Amino acid sequence: MKKGENGFYLGIDIGSTTAKLCLVKDGDILYKKYSRHLSCPREKTAELLKEVRELYGNISLKAAVSGSAGLGIAQGAGLDFVQEVFATSEAVKRIDPDCDTVIELGGEDAKIIFLKGTPEERMNGSCAGGTGAFIDQMATLLDLTADELDEYSLRSERLYPIASRCGVFAKSDIQPLLNQGASKADIAASIYQAVVNQTVAGLARGRKIEGKVMFLGGPLYFNRGLRKAFKRTLCLSDENAVFPDFALVAVAMGAALYASGLTNELELDLVIDRIEKSREASELTRTMPPLFDSEEEYEAFRLRHCGADVARGDIASYSGKAYLGIDCGSTTTKLCLISEKKEILYSYYASNKGEPVRVVLEELKKIRGLCSDRIAIASSAVTGYGEELITNAFGVDMGVVETIAHFTAAKHFLPEVEFILDIGGQDIKCFKIKNGTVDSIMLNEACSSGCGSFLETFANSLGKPIDEFAKMGIFGKNPVDLGSRCTVFMNSMVKQCQKDGASVEDISAGLSCSVVKNALYKVIRASSADELGKNIVVQGGTFYNDAVLRAFEKEIGKNVVRPVIAGLMGAYGAAIYSMRGEKSTLLSLAELESFEHHTKNAICRGCANSCRLTVNEFSGGRRYISGNRCEKGAGLRSDDQKELNIYSFKHSLIPFGENNRDGASVTVGLVMCLSNYELYPLWLSFFKSLGVRVILSGPSDKALYEKGQFTIPSDTVCYPAKLFHGHVAELCQKGADIIFYPSLSYNINEGLSVNCYNCPVVAYYGELLSSNADLRGSAFLYPFLDINDLSRLTKELYRSLRGYVPNISQSKVRHALKLGFKALDEYRSTVRKKGEEIIKKAREQKKHILVLAGRPYHCDPEINHGIDKLCASLGFAVVSEDAVAHLAPRQDVEVLDQWTYHSRLYRAAAIVRDEPDMQLCQLVSFGCGVDAVTTDEVRRILEEGGKLYTQLKIDEISNLGAVKIRLRSLLGAMGDR
Amino acid sequence: MADYVRFEKEMKSEYTILVPNMLPRHFKIIAGVMADHGYKMELLTTSGKNIADTGLKYVHNDTCYPALLVIGQFIDALQSGKYDVHKTALILTQTGGGCRASNYIHLLRKALKKAGLGFVPVISLNISGLEDHPGFKLGVGLLRRMIYGVLFGDLLMALTNQCRPYELERGATEALADKWTERLVKLMQSSSNLKYKRIKELYGRIAEDFRLIPKSSVKKPRVGIVGEIYVKYSPMANNHLEEFLIGEGAEAVVPGLLDFCLYCVYNCIQDAYSYGLNKKALWAFKIALRYLENKQKDIILAIKAAGFNALSSFSHTLSLCDGYISRSVKMGEGWLLTAEMLELGENGVNNVVCAQPFGCLPNHICGKGVAKRITENNPDMNIVAIDYDAGATKVNQENRLKLMLARATRQE
Repeated sequence: MKKGENGFYLGIDIGSTTAKLCLVKDGDILYKKYSRHLSCPREKTAELLKEVRELYGNISLKAAVSGSAGLGIAQGAGLDFVQEVFATSEAVKRIDPDCDTVIELGGEDAKIIFLKGTPEERMNGSCAGGTGAFIDQMATLLDLTADELDEYSLRSERLYPIASRCGVFAKSDIQPLLNQGASKADIAASIYQAVVNQTVAGLARGRKIEGKVMFLGGPLYFNRGLRKAFKRTLCLSDENAVFPDFALVAVAMGAALYASGLTNELELDLVIDRIEKSREASELTRTMPPLFDSEEEYEAFRLRHCGADVARGDIASYSGKAYLGIDCGSTTTKLCLISEKKEILYSYYASNKGEPVRVVLEELKKIRGLCSDRIAIASSAVTGYGEELITNAFGVDMGVVETIAHFTAAKHFLPEVEFILDIGGQDIKCFKIKNGTVDSIMLNEACSSGCGSFLETFANSLGKPIDEFAKMGIFGKNPVDLGSRCTVFMNSMVKQCQKDGASVEDISAGLSCSVVKNALYKVIRASSADELGKNIVVQGGTFYNDAVLRAFEKEIGKNVVRPVIAGLMGAYGAAIYSMRGEKSTLLSLAELESFEHHTKNAICRGCANSCRLTVNEFSGGRRYISGNRCEKGAGLRSDDQKELNIYSFKHSLIPFGENNRDGASVTVGLVMCLSNYELYPLWLSFFKSLGVRVILSGPSDKALYEKGQFTIPSDTVCYPAKLFHGHVAELCQKGADIIFYPSLSYNINEGLSVNCYNCPVVAYYGELLSSNADLRGSAFLYPFLDINDLSRLTKELYRSLRGYVPNISQSKVRHALKLGFKALDEYRSTVRKKGEEIIKKAREQKKHILVLAGRPYHCDPEINHGIDKLCASLGFAVVSEDAVAHLAPRQDVEVLDQWTYHSRLYRAAAIVRDEPDMQLCQLVSFGCGVDAVTTDEVRRILEEGGKLYTQLKIDEISNLGAVKIRLRSLLGAMGDR
Repeated sequence: MADYVRFEKEMKSEYTILVPNMLPRHFKIIAGVMADHGYKMELLTTSGKNIADTGLKYVHNDTCYPALLVIGQFIDALQSGKYDVHKTALILTQTGGGCRASNYIHLLRKALKKAGLGFVPVISLNISGLEDHPGFKLGVGLLRRMIYGVLFGDLLMALTNQCRPYELERGATEALADKWTERLVKLMQSSSNLKYKRIKELYGRIAEDFRLIPKSSVKKPRVGIVGEIYVKYSPMANNHLEEFLIGEGAEAVVPGLLDFCLYCVYNCIQDAYSYGLNKKALWAFKIALRYLENKQKDIILAIKAAGFNALSSFSHTLSLCDGYISRSVKMGEGWLLTAEMLELGENGVNNVVCAQPFGCLPNHICGKGVAKRITENNPDMNIVAIDYDAGATKVNQENRLKLMLARATRQE
């Protein structure tokens, strides 16, 4: 301390959701404070500082600002800035020199600091959800406060796998769990576990987290369940897991420490004044023209849309038959009771609060009461995510696919409808209608679900009900441009705009525009309004929001029909659909009064998938089991499905585990991932004939994945690649001397495409493994091979193996390769023959044939999550792209047809295009950049033949709810034709 | 392969060819060369969010950011009304590798079709003979002069980067670089039989001019930029990364474009040995490699002679990747990306930004994939990987860069 200085050091940490202060004098903390800033960081910080002013007066001090929101404020206020991870690291080194690792979770960022060995500070990448904002969002989803979420988590009995790649994905896992009746306690604990997995897998990237670990930041301070999960996962003892009481203000402390090294003191008043007046010098947020120019314009717009209404009847006076429709959606539950003339007698629309069964029960009681003896419910139908649960719970007469329900309702409003866009809480559904039937269906993928629930969660976070928030957007003067990649990105974009001083009105309007753009350019993939046709109906709860409706009309430049009952359309459509029924089994009032519902957990022992089941038991002995992938788990008999499912067949051919036990002392581990999934017959037979033992890794499951997840360096790579790490870890454990995964820039040249590349990940993942995995003494061999030239292949393999395989020679390698290629040919012709056989049998049995088209490695049940079985249980005969592609000639496509695997997709699509009884679903792994090229092409080929295109995007997510809806939509549309 | 609109002979004189903006100076000088060969080229200088928006509208949104920007910029220009769309062609490089970048040109054509501009010819600029355009032929003479453009561009870039952070008079470096760019464009446009001797003299004069810019002697942390080629160079794609670094009191070090050209040629030679490809042209690739390497050495000498730092020669850079990544990793930026990080480290530039498009496939392997081993073996290396994307926020990117810079200053 220099002469004349006071020795007060002030650290200000302004994060994405909270502001923290720390005042230090003589190494002691005099004052600390932590507070949420509700997106008004500047004001909140000034407020906190004024509290310091109250206590200590206008002292002179040295001050430094830190934190993601602090970045801009410091710039604007001309104060010193220190990066928060850096500040933390310096502070911890001072406070606890023994500490090995620091894990800090903030509102939007997750950080890890390694203090020992090579010191290193890391932050999460752009795509990560394991943070405070994520936990808040999940709590909202469960209709709990953050504290309640924590309480609940401590009472959990089991964990569900929840995707940890990002918030949006996690949400897609949680929503169906809720709808299937899983307990909130278990879900809460699973959410925390997902955060832990995300942090550990995404940030540790191969570095071991051991020794004394300190946990910092709000989420880790407040959530006991989260701490427990970290401790358990990292296997930390009590001494080694440190949860200090300064966890909330650690960054502010670091900033204060940094401030002590500054030269100039400032008066506290000046600091406050500068922060209050700071406006960021940096760029202004990009804005768009307002949605309405005047009140009059809005009024005219409102009147126009009032026209699309439906007749109402009076439930108190009506007597006769009535029909009930229930739409049990992802976040809301809707009911609609209609008369024989399709007048609405009763309707209900509200959030399901994570307990759809209870909500429906209450409503049914009410409806039954209102109906008394005058109104007979002649039939009932249910649609939506909770379809099966509700059907079983209340004896609803029929289930109807959402697409059909919505189409039925839209037709009622606009018989000549050509295009329907439905934006619900979780899903965006678009259908084109041609000749009175559904012509194509587009559904959003997990990663583009910028829909209703996002708007709602956001409104909630600002403490505003969604309707009020929506209204604010109508007159926003300068709607902000928020982009449309995904909700996680949009979320931080919103925060950035707030920091730049955008008003809530402008943000609300901007969010509406983003929702619309997301639907138009990502889901529909439209580049001009003409593609949508003239007669457009928009519906779904999100379109109650006039700002969204207006944004949509403006973006496509034409008027559309929004029924006044936009949010009820599913239920209304289901009610109309149910009119085909005669006699109802819906529970009576007496049965409803005595209704009981219990859930319990179980694990299915039907097959190796070991599905985790949730068993719902209802009064009257009705049961509903969810979580199962095939009919077996649901307690039903499975018939000859296996025979008509090439995925099961292909998988059953793989000799996992040890092969050629009597071979020489050397053991080769074959990594059953990526390209080896197709080439294993070649390598297996090759190594066998060289006389060595061979272990095939796998089969994969979640536990196997977890064995290797800590060594994944890039969290945005596809799940099939991530699994690779687990397979290698297993082979090392099993003591393989050599682990083999060849690097193949080129795959086998089938002569049917311009080139025969592998994608960069399939080609070179071995390279990545060799420098990231913990090999424990195994040798990892990933020779670069030319698989299309026997002599070069022989030479390279010989060179690569001669140090490891005894008595090897070039001629032996050559001979072994010949045998290997023979085995590969046999395998491939077996697959093709099986494909032909399935197609033939399916035709005899008049079954629909589904080409489930992906890559060879999509055969792995941990990658496809049992979608093949689901397809089979829905009545499809399932074949794969590699079983049918050879039936089509080389395709003339509009893109560069240069990858062997992907080229098969085009050929498989061409077959399906030309065969009336075949359909195609494309399996796309999240993060597969190449599929951004192929999906549009496959769709184009299918549409040439008037076929529907269905894309199933898969990742770590194991919940098949959304997949099921897609498949059933496909079935529904096919039946409709 | 579907049929494409060819750039016919008669178009050469009538059409304006639009060039995407990746490296403004390089491309400007090369456009000068092309003008001398009778092509009307115009470098697009448009920027702003509208470009990404247009890209999002016409290209599958999961496609990588560079494709979104390049295609967005083209369509935005064509729709701006500034050009007669029936007298305009587009040009795009095509490397023909296993990365999805080889598909940009096809995605561009699809996007044009979607926008009702399917008649606009797109010229593929490649050395592998992927497509045929009667009106656009690259002779040896033209290629050689384009290389000169690359060399001048690299030279100006290296010098500018080393002067700007230290200049005493604000804007002096940029002004000098602009002046030289203009002069070089004119020179390229006028003197078709430019002798290499003359060019070498120019190297010296340029470097000397930069040497004379009054500079301060403060020490600033040096930060290298590597990554996917478009995001690495284009300020539009990397949110003006160089500007940001300079603003934060650092010096940006960016490896030149010639290295990438050499990398492509080297891979063609490797392909001949490893896969029996390009066998007939092997001799030509070998000559090209030697030729380019020699030219690179001249640049390095000129830079050093004026007292500036120069990065390593190609053959040395190449040798650095051994032990980290195989020289056979040839998709995207492949082994070059890894080698450049090591090259920077060896030259005392320990801080490295690895700039990549969100979800870039090759960079999983040769960027993020090798970072662990590099930092294990070189504990001083301070690498940060930044994802760029239409939806990524600047705040998050800058905060991560700030962390890297904080570490950089600690090490000083």
